Amino acid sequence: MLEIKNLHASVDGKEILSGLSLKVNAGEVHAIMGPNGSGKSTLSKVLAGHPDYAVTSGQVEFEVNLRMKNVFDMAPEERARNGIFLAFQYPVEIPGVPNSAFLKASYNAICKHQGAKEASEESFQKILIEKCKLLNMDEKFIDREVNVAFSGGEKKRNEILQMAVIQPRLAFLDETDSGLDVDSLRIVGEGVNKLRKKDNAVVLVTHYQRILNYIVPDFVHVLYKGRIIKTGGKELALEIEANGYDQILKNFQN
Amino acid sequence: MADIVKENLTDREYKYGFETVIETDCFPMGLSEDVVNKIADKRNDPQFVRDFRLKAYRYWLTLKEPTWADVRHPKIDFQGIRYYSAPKSKPDGASGPASLADIDPELIETFNKLGIPLGEQKRLTGVAIDVVFDSVSVGTSHQEELAAAGVIFCSLTEAIHKHPEIVEKYLGTVVPYKDNYYAALNSAVFTDGSFVYIPKGVRCPLDLSTYFRINAKETGQFERTLIVAEAGSYVSYLEGCTAPMRDENQLHAAVVELITHDSAEIKYSTVQNWYAGDKEGRGGIYNFVTKRGLCQGANSKISWTQVESGSSITWKYPSVILKGDNSSGEFYSVALTNNRMQADTGTKMVHIGKNTSSRIISKGISCDQSRNTYRGQVKIFPSAENARNFSQCDSMLVGDQCTANTHPYIEVKNKSAIVEHEATTSKISGDQIFYMKSRGVDEEGAVSLLLHGFCKDVFKTLPLEFSIEAVKLLEMKLEGSVG
Repeated sequence: MLEIKNLHASVDGKEILSGLSLKVNAGEVHAIMGPNGSGKSTLSKVLAGHPDYAVTSGQVEFEVNLRMKNVFDMAPEERARNGIFLAFQYPVEIPGVPNSAFLKASYNAICKHQGAKEASEESFQKILIEKCKLLNMDEKFIDREVNVAFSGGEKKRNEILQMAVIQPRLAFLDETDSGLDVDSLRIVGEGVNKLRKKDNAVVLVTHYQRILNYIVPDFVHVLYKGRIIKTGGKELALEIEANGYDQILKNFQN
Repeated sequence: MADIVKENLTDREYKYGFETVIETDCFPMGLSEDVVNKIADKRNDPQFVRDFRLKAYRYWLTLKEPTWADVRHPKIDFQGIRYYSAPKSKPDGASGPASLADIDPELIETFNKLGIPLGEQKRLTGVAIDVVFDSVSVGTSHQEELAAAGVIFCSLTEAIHKHPEIVEKYLGTVVPYKDNYYAALNSAVFTDGSFVYIPKGVRCPLDLSTYFRINAKETGQFERTLIVAEAGSYVSYLEGCTAPMRDENQLHAAVVELITHDSAEIKYSTVQNWYAGDKEGRGGIYNFVTKRGLCQGANSKISWTQVESGSSITWKYPSVILKGDNSSGEFYSVALTNNRMQADTGTKMVHIGKNTSSRIISKGISCDQSRNTYRGQVKIFPSAENARNFSQCDSMLVGDQCTANTHPYIEVKNKSAIVEHEATTSKISGDQIFYMKSRGVDEEGAVSLLLHGFCKDVFKTLPLEFSIEAVKLLEMKLEGSVG
């Protein structure tokens, strides 16, 4: 459903992605790992359409209504409406705006785009409570201002709550596991698993193998200097955890 | 966020910026005792009004322009302004058209364009409207319905002639002509405005509304509004304002006086959208207004709600004097400035009676290179046993070139008082907009969420007829600046 071909992208004139290619099919889980500064977060931002990142060449296609479409022809909100979701590494605080109002605006924008009926106040409240239960989250999340005064772990869990409400076809989780304690990690991991279906896909960008114990990947990719230099199964993550990137980078440079 | 901030608001047109070509009867520029007398002649003023004008004018001559507000503008040339302009559509320039049928069709068209239908068949249901064009009132609707309830709602000019005893009793009692520079000027040259009288025990059956329009060039608008609520009465009053786009600045120096007797309540709402000047700050209205309410009676209440989105400079502090025991005053404000607009606005709550309470909720949004200042005073007199005040002043900054200031003055002379003040400053960033977009919400929706989130405490106090329009207006302005 997602095909990235030879993608080059830069920020402030500096090239970060240098010929990245990746293919993701429905039902798959991919993990992208790599040392600091390899371009993991840039990839997430480029896919979501952040205006600070400039795509210099290459293409990214995403399947919309059984047809592959150029992602760069879509504004960030259109990408979201067509099923691409980015869980932010640093979720943004929006003072004054309750989570419920934000989620409702999001949900209804997506419903409208898909020609579905928008939710009423009451029916949406029901959806929210149901999702909180599914993810083992406190219903108080709903009434709090978006990410304001949230702990690091709460912010990440709030991203997963948003994902549960929006139900994207492609979820891109940018270091969602960073900064989580063991319990939060389990809640997030189990939450994502509950949202998995055969027609949606998950891409996890992570530094650590531990989240992969919960969300077991079909493929593990190593990103280095803006390109994927190695792809393997779930055992590759274990290898990295045990030995670090040194050997992989050495093999690559030779 | 560099790239996210793109188009500027002023690229969108100020949709009320058109000019009406209409024959007017106007004075040459300049101000003198002779001009003040001519205004009185023109309007056929009774002696008490003429005397009030002359006293005010002579006092004004002794004053200097105030400089304490945090606004900057070239010196105003008071001799370069016309002090009277009226559409010439009827034989007697003084008292306004005898009926709506006498109004110049050009004028009806103007107000249709502004969305204020004057024609009988198109009237808004549930709202009676008085319309002030330049210096005169051009018509008030729903007269019979209001008369049946004993409510008087007419132009101040008409009130001066038909109900001189009420006008004489209250004119200048809340805002004396000596109050300040612009109040003195207004008292000397005021032309029209609205007058409302709600008799004892009457709950006004309709919301009352006045629509102010400045049209003529080089003309100042000096309207004066007086609202008297007798014991146990209630009225909700709405005010809206627009002006054509012009390169020169125009002066608008109004005075509003409200009086509530025992257990009476006045709810006064304003949506101010005078022309604000262009992107570089050329043109626009100087909105220097004195608004004050007096809670004369026990248990009475005055509530101001304002949405300030226009004018190149705003200088305005709707205040309440809490004289009656247990009286209460409220001030809810959203002031949005963009481009090079300057706003210095806030309120004064003066606690004199026992158990008086006041509540101030102020939301300032500054965008682009604008300056937005909250200036408020809470004063507790020794006599004000158990006075209570709560103030919340929040500022929101859009971009990194705007300025927001908060100047709360608190003066407490009675130990039993409880005064609370809270203030916050927040910033809208491109990242917030992007975050919302990445959840499928478009820019318009994102701005609307932010605005509602920031201003909800004020929006919920706006009367329904007004709130949709006012919120839309703010969304449009903010969207251009957040981009």
